[in-house]
Amino acid sequence: MENNNREVLLSVKDLEVTFGSKRKPFKAVKGVSFDIYKGETFGLVGESGSGKTTIGRAIIRINPTSAGEVIFKGEKINGKISRELDKRVTQQIQMIFQDPMASLNERAKVDYIVSEGLMNVQKDLTKEQREAKVSKALSEVGLLPEFASRFPHEFSGGQRQRIGIARSLIMEPEFIIADEPISALDVSIRAQVLNLLSALQKERGLTYLFIAHDLSVMRFITDRIAVIHKGVIVELAETEKLFAHPLHPYTRALLSAIPMPDPISEKQKKLETYDPSMHDYSVDKPVWTEIEEGHFIMGNEKELAEYRERLKD
Amino acid sequence: MEREVILSVKDLNVKFSLRGQVLHAIRGISLDLYKGESLAIVGESGSGKSVFTKNFIGLLDKNGWVDSGEIIYNGMDLAKFKTEKEWVKIRGKEVAMVMQDPMTSLNPLKTVGWQIEEALRLHQDLSGEAARKKAIEILSDVGIQEPERRYKQYPHEFSGGMRQRVVIAIAMACNPKILICDEPTTALDVTIQAQILDLIRELQKKYQLTTIYITHDLGVVANVADRIAVMYAGDIVEIGTCDEVFYQPQHPYTWALLSSLPQLGIKGEDLYSIKGTPPNLFNKVRGDAFAPRNPKALKIDFLHRPPYFEVSPTHKARTWLLDPRAPKVEPPASLKNIRKIRGAKLIEDGGEE
Repeated sequence: MENNNREVLLSVKDLEVTFGSKRKPFKAVKGVSFDIYKGETFGLVGESGSGKTTIGRAIIRINPTSAGEVIFKGEKINGKISRELDKRVTQQIQMIFQDPMASLNERAKVDYIVSEGLMNVQKDLTKEQREAKVSKALSEVGLLPEFASRFPHEFSGGQRQRIGIARSLIMEPEFIIADEPISALDVSIRAQVLNLLSALQKERGLTYLFIAHDLSVMRFITDRIAVIHKGVIVELAETEKLFAHPLHPYTRALLSAIPMPDPISEKQKKLETYDPSMHDYSVDKPVWTEIEEGHFIMGNEKELAEYRERLKD
Repeated sequence: MEREVILSVKDLNVKFSLRGQVLHAIRGISLDLYKGESLAIVGESGSGKSVFTKNFIGLLDKNGWVDSGEIIYNGMDLAKFKTEKEWVKIRGKEVAMVMQDPMTSLNPLKTVGWQIEEALRLHQDLSGEAARKKAIEILSDVGIQEPERRYKQYPHEFSGGMRQRVVIAIAMACNPKILICDEPTTALDVTIQAQILDLIRELQKKYQLTTIYITHDLGVVANVADRIAVMYAGDIVEIGTCDEVFYQPQHPYTWALLSSLPQLGIKGEDLYSIKGTPPNLFNKVRGDAFAPRNPKALKIDFLHRPPYFEVSPTHKARTWLLDPRAPKVEPPASLKNIRKIRGAKLIEDGGEE
């Protein structure tokens, strides 16, 4: 894949997100940079507390950024922006949340949940037009249009997640941030939601930022993966490249932990553990380097030399 | 191979009364649990896997009851137990349980040490210094660093994985014979999940525990289970050794569960997904409960409930496909990927038997 010729939809440059007070700041995201190409599925993997969700929330402007830039279609969208741009961004970037039990308003009917965003950006819509859009969005995610008059508690987990997807689709976004959209679901329902997401992508040319902690799902759905640890991206590569040649010790630890549905290889597998103190960064500072085409890694000179050796095998 | 049976379930039927209706949650399960083995019970939510094991520890919800059947443990029939007094003898000492979510199964107002000691006080009459010592010993047993310091801390000072270790510590406090782990790693990260599974396996070896894992994810049990029971609609539809269930699955539901794993998916193609929803257990289930969701179901599947057909002495499945008169139905092609996904390296090394 020629990355140079592809259109960059979203670009994150040296992004920093800080929480806490002025006196005791906590940097949840430290100097993160990546590009997301139009039409691809970009995965962000890391364990809880690594800052992966924070990055997603910073892009969609829920968490304010403390430094760096988020550029969407050539325009800077973080920090202070004009109302007109804000409205456009709200419509074009949508989010799907992790827990379908918690992310839907229990007191609102599906009709309202799905169309709430629409009412904010297209104020001149008539009731009939709105209802037509809702039933279209519902049928696109495989739900019956009649469901519009029901409440969320009447649905199963998988159906609720579909409602969450319908809610973001109705805005006709170009870019969807899916934050662990399937980790709260049963295995059989997972497959349905994954299939739905990839079908929608094919149909509409959507771009996804897919956030998860589970690499086995990532391999199936993403084109490229960035591995994040403690607020820093440590490795970024095309999915298959990352699985074939994981270089960073943290990536290797994550990969070794994937449970495989195969008793023989599972019983022989060795868990790799990652201890950040193994890096000696006191003198030789780590830099973000492109070690082979499209494969980026965080490491200092000594480590990079080792990684290059490993790539040769 | 004769193995000692530690717990034996015979034709167990469990019913619940809900809004004036009767729900038949467990539909005649028979199962022998062998001493020292680890059994995984796999199924979708609502298949009854938790309800089934809750019968072993007397935690069935108030509106549920054992309709018929026996649960024999140590010469006692647990199914006949009525009072808390009877259950206290079993719970903790003989059978203990690790719950799914370590965030909600600990008391946030008590120190971790207190919560472990509580179990020791109730079941082993330990108190004061003796209990403290024992609690610290158990904490280090479950892999918690600096147990003396951690002993005095509250659950909120622990990470998710560490909390799950504490929950395991409480379960292990009274040296149970059987440990039931209900989705022990679902709420945890992948790396932590691997560590917790490792810990349970270590404890199992060290104390000759019998463990039951309950999970909806077949992917995680390949490493931990000796035997796997697949549950659907309140019934075990297939049971066999770990290798048998993964490499020669027989029941269409087991096929479906396996092929919907993303690990087996091929990029760019749709992942197999099970259509429809599990049957409503308020109604009487006729025939094979999975038939309505099985695109290749036979006519007989809708009419008569299949009996168990033996595939090997350790492997049986409830499906008409195993009847000699049944037409030959091939399992889905994606199941062949189970062998393929194993790293090429393993096969070169002679990992093949």
